[in-house]
Amino acid sequence: MKLLSVKNLKVYFPVRTGLFQKKEYIKAVDDVSFDIEKGQCVGLVGESGSGKSTLGKSIIRLNSITSGSIQYAKEELADKNNRAFMPFRKRIQMIFQDPYNSLNPRMNVEAIIGEPLDIHFPELKVSGKKKRTQRICELLEMVGLQADHTRRYPHEFSGGQRQRIGIARALAVEPEFIICDEPVSALDVSVQAQIINLLDDLKDQLGLTYLFISHDLAVVEHLCDHVLVMNQGKLVETGEPASLYQSPKDPYTKKLLDAVPNF
Amino acid sequence: MSEPILKVENLEINFHADGQTTEAVKGISFSLHEEKVLAVVGESGSGKSVTAMSITRLLPEAPVCQVRGSINFMQQDMLTLKNRQLRDIRGKDIAYIFQEPGTSLNPVFSIGSQIAEVIKLHRPEITDVKAEIVRVLDLVGIHDAEKRIQAYPHELSGGMQQRVMIAMALACHPKILIADEPTTALDVTIQKQIIDLLKELKTKLKMSIILITHNFGIIKGFADDVIVMFRGKIVESGPAEKVLQNPQHPYTQALIECIPRLGVRKERLTTIQHEELEKINAS
Repeated sequence: MKLLSVKNLKVYFPVRTGLFQKKEYIKAVDDVSFDIEKGQCVGLVGESGSGKSTLGKSIIRLNSITSGSIQYAKEELADKNNRAFMPFRKRIQMIFQDPYNSLNPRMNVEAIIGEPLDIHFPELKVSGKKKRTQRICELLEMVGLQADHTRRYPHEFSGGQRQRIGIARALAVEPEFIICDEPVSALDVSVQAQIINLLDDLKDQLGLTYLFISHDLAVVEHLCDHVLVMNQGKLVETGEPASLYQSPKDPYTKKLLDAVPNF
Repeated sequence: MSEPILKVENLEINFHADGQTTEAVKGISFSLHEEKVLAVVGESGSGKSVTAMSITRLLPEAPVCQVRGSINFMQQDMLTLKNRQLRDIRGKDIAYIFQEPGTSLNPVFSIGSQIAEVIKLHRPEITDVKAEIVRVLDLVGIHDAEKRIQAYPHELSGGMQQRVMIAMALACHPKILIADEPTTALDVTIQKQIIDLLKELKTKLKMSIILITHNFGIIKGFADDVIVMFRGKIVESGPAEKVLQNPQHPYTQALIECIPRLGVRKERLTTIQHEELEKINAS
């Protein structure tokens, strides 16, 4: 079943918009189309500046799109207003790259994970304080943290643990689809392996679908069923990781493959 | 073999805070030879960066931090030198490149003036500073150097910023370059460019490099020797090829195993079992 279908998506950012100057644009995402099936893990690779994060953010409307269509579960997202889009923020979640910057240092773990719960499950806040706490503990245990960590602040955790908090926060609203924007790039290789295994387990456990944005082709091969290669805002190649890596057609894909350290 | 250019013996580093003592480095010894690359591999918290910082005494002074042992650089013991003598070595004979170029460059000065600072300080004999800046920027592969001198750090990409850091480190022809995770914050393609650049400059400028990393992937074909650190101790050391091909210590094996590789698809990635290793390490 098709979960997400992106067609001819364009995201342009204006530069130099003076009164008499000609309008110019940076074409961050330029005419991109692809589909994601339910339960798939799709990798999106490319170097920094290729537009892969912009594409991910556009799906969940963290930046506005210029033109094109984004269909999610047969509903068109592009022409929904912000209020109508709200339910989709519950169904689609995002995990960010840098666990050091993506958590608010002044909020403790309970507040960080509790915030999305209060927005999307307001009934918990009104009637079920106990249930809310229970849910937070359950989420922490699901991502391999301890339930008694709720009173701690982000700075008391290591990088890997923070990323686990970020994952718990995304899972809090019971999403179907998660956009992982370079979730392991800022982590040590050993911690990276733990987080990748965790994401893999959660996918099976909760029946999630991932769009996995990364510049590390080896990680993408390990985790994903399908890969999209992006360069300068355009999709240059798509396919299954094994066959794509064996015989890359696009010169840019070749360049990316050459850069991976092999040992 | 010739005398090593840097010889570290029984290095111990302790931090004292709130009445507690943390042993960051527990008696390690290693040496670096001329025109060789030594890789120091380990996870965060293994003591590799602290070791690197201690070489030119960049760590806080006693009583906060205690460094014991000996660090011998060209017949001088770095641990007994006066601050004035140290200043002559820092940046001139031993230079550093740090992990995040974005945070190690000063955002309010142009890159030209930041490179000029090093040259003016350590090579006062140079009269045409600007020409020298252009020369070092050229060396690290920044084209159009004349124009780029005026640029501020935020106007450059991460890879370019790291090249500026390298240019700054190389401006005084150091004998030893200490690169602390120079590519961790960068993309794979840029990572390759930076490693290739360091390789090329090593031979061109006849320097020795200490490369600190957590990723075994990048040391292949670059490092001559490798030491693997775990919880402040060296658990394995030897020629890089040999350690990579045939790692002896379980920690080294785990560190190599946990990296996903192209063309080798596994059900699950291997993770490092720290508790078990701790037991082996203690015995």
